[in-house]
Amino acid sequence: MRFEGTKSFVATEDLKIAVNAAIALQRPLLIKGEPGTGKTILAQEIAAALAKPLIAWHVKSTTKAQQGLYEYDAVSRLRDSQLGDARVHDIANYIIRGKLWDAFDAPDSPVLLIDEIDKADIEFPNDLLLELDRMEFFVYETRQTIKAKQRPIIIITSNNEKELPDAFLRRCFFHYIKFPDRETMQRIVDVHYPGINALLLREALTAFFELREVPGLKKRPSTSEFLDWLKLLLAEDIGPELLREKNAAKLIPPLHGALLKNEQDVHLFERLAFLHRRGAG
Amino acid sequence: MFIAFFLALRQAGVKTSLREFLMLQEAMQSGLADYDVDHFYYLARAALVKDERLLDKFDQVFATHFKGIITPAPATPDGVDPQTLPAEWLQAMAEKLLTDEEKAEIEAMGGFEKLMETLRQRLAEQKSRHEGGSKWIGTAGTSPFGANGYNPEGVRIGQDKGRNRSAVKVWDERAFKNLAGDAELGVRNIKVALRRLRRFAREGAAEELDLAGTITSTARNAGYLDLKMVPERHNAVKILLLLDIGGSMDDHVTLSEQLFTAAGGEFKHLVHLYFHNCPYDSLWKDARFRTQDAIATSDVLNTYDHTWKLIIVGDAAMSPYELLQPGGGISSFQAQSGQACLARFLTAYPKAVWLNPVQEKYWNYTQTTRVIREMMEERMYPLTLEGLDAAMRRLMH
Repeated sequence: MRFEGTKSFVATEDLKIAVNAAIALQRPLLIKGEPGTGKTILAQEIAAALAKPLIAWHVKSTTKAQQGLYEYDAVSRLRDSQLGDARVHDIANYIIRGKLWDAFDAPDSPVLLIDEIDKADIEFPNDLLLELDRMEFFVYETRQTIKAKQRPIIIITSNNEKELPDAFLRRCFFHYIKFPDRETMQRIVDVHYPGINALLLREALTAFFELREVPGLKKRPSTSEFLDWLKLLLAEDIGPELLREKNAAKLIPPLHGALLKNEQDVHLFERLAFLHRRGAG
Repeated sequence: MFIAFFLALRQAGVKTSLREFLMLQEAMQSGLADYDVDHFYYLARAALVKDERLLDKFDQVFATHFKGIITPAPATPDGVDPQTLPAEWLQAMAEKLLTDEEKAEIEAMGGFEKLMETLRQRLAEQKSRHEGGSKWIGTAGTSPFGANGYNPEGVRIGQDKGRNRSAVKVWDERAFKNLAGDAELGVRNIKVALRRLRRFAREGAAEELDLAGTITSTARNAGYLDLKMVPERHNAVKILLLLDIGGSMDDHVTLSEQLFTAAGGEFKHLVHLYFHNCPYDSLWKDARFRTQDAIATSDVLNTYDHTWKLIIVGDAAMSPYELLQPGGGISSFQAQSGQACLARFLTAYPKAVWLNPVQEKYWNYTQTTRVIREMMEERMYPLTLEGLDAAMRRLMH
């Protein structure tokens, strides 16, 4: 069982090693990196490549670790008891399974994605330590131990909004997705838009990497934004000549809305373009 | 196996644990690295480093530790002994790698001949790979010879990409350099550091269902539903932020702005006030220092009690007169000296830190910085990610 990338996902050598290490040693893999470099996609691709089901747990600021295991719906049981419903006698009726339970219970070891773990409270990862380590937990209400039939492949993503606790980190493999260089980017585009005009791609790549280099940008565009932009360029049928011409005269590439998501960044570019024109004229 | 490497990593400050080391061993045993040094590097990185800020340090340790083992000592990528390099070859290489302006500069320095002569001498003297420094050929130094240097007449050696994409390059590239902890601050990473300052408390209107409370009281109520509510949990930390504006702080405006932007989004209770050089009898709500925006220092001290945490951002550089003499402030006449005023703040707010945008190594050169640092009792921190982090930890003590 080895992950070698898929038709729609370009995995660098170091990423493959990290993923395979996590699979072989059955330990969680923590993925960090700039937004839009394919952290979440990775889990989907691993699931697709290994033909395993994907269970995604999207973490929010209000998510509690317990919700991943199970929840006891006390309020509806209370209501049922007051209405005299027969279900009330079995507490198991009110235990709602979480994503971790689903993953542990699956017959074929699934890929479990814990997305954006840093969004939750600072204590969240600590609350999952034992569960991720031993892959089992105890349901207090039904006196039942849930043990993983097969250890799932766990992929955890983080956007670095909070520091994760040491004890948690020590149990994971870690991979930082580096922003792809031009070569890798070319491979990524080939995968997504096979047969794209080579000239257009070259001009677009140049414009894109130049844009990323501009100092003072609040949010530098990333891979996913570049792919969106390319799609727009293709849809609008913008030729490579136009791309190059606009580069020299206006500095700001056409359809920049796909790349620059920040008003201040657009202003910055307009100012630069203005200075550039003055310098030229 | 690799115990020395493990120890070297720990010594360099990559806090990797025994557990992670054993994890690496286990991974090696299950054949994940298949005797390929590249794969071993990736595997060791994934297992031992858990923080992208430490990746660069890891690369460096890896490079030094496995240098003798992987890199054949000082040979060129082709395996040619550099000491016998023909002058034409050296010149061709330099020609290829230099821009026209650089070449012109070299001509001004005495031309290629002289440069190459020195290069050959140095190569003969030097026996091993070298990094840093100002004489030897290596990488990242200021000698005219070697790679990644700053000398405009530099000759690059061993940096030819197409020829040598060998394994050594991967860590020698040091691709994660700008993720290191001393890297420049941005609003985002400041925010991360500021998040240390969190103390959740339930205050205000009761809007959330208190499940445990409801169950208890319902049980007491003979089984009839009795809902209990609690206030929502939110960050109860209160911050008083004093920002030095103008004069010597002009160089640090962007940094202060970023800190301010980050702090603004992070705290529900944040009051920011401006001062010039040192807080005196009055502070300003607005950076334009207009009289109608002024607020008396005593009012500030009375309004915000000791539960507020004080963060002062300033370079603490001014003329000693401004700090030590009453009436020394440059904006208007002050009855109290800056020092006395600052002391009032420090007494009023036991939790206080001073963030200084000037690099720590220059602090001792300014008299007022020294005085203020003493007053702050080592609670002055540089405005870097690490400094900010330490300051926030201090505030949470």
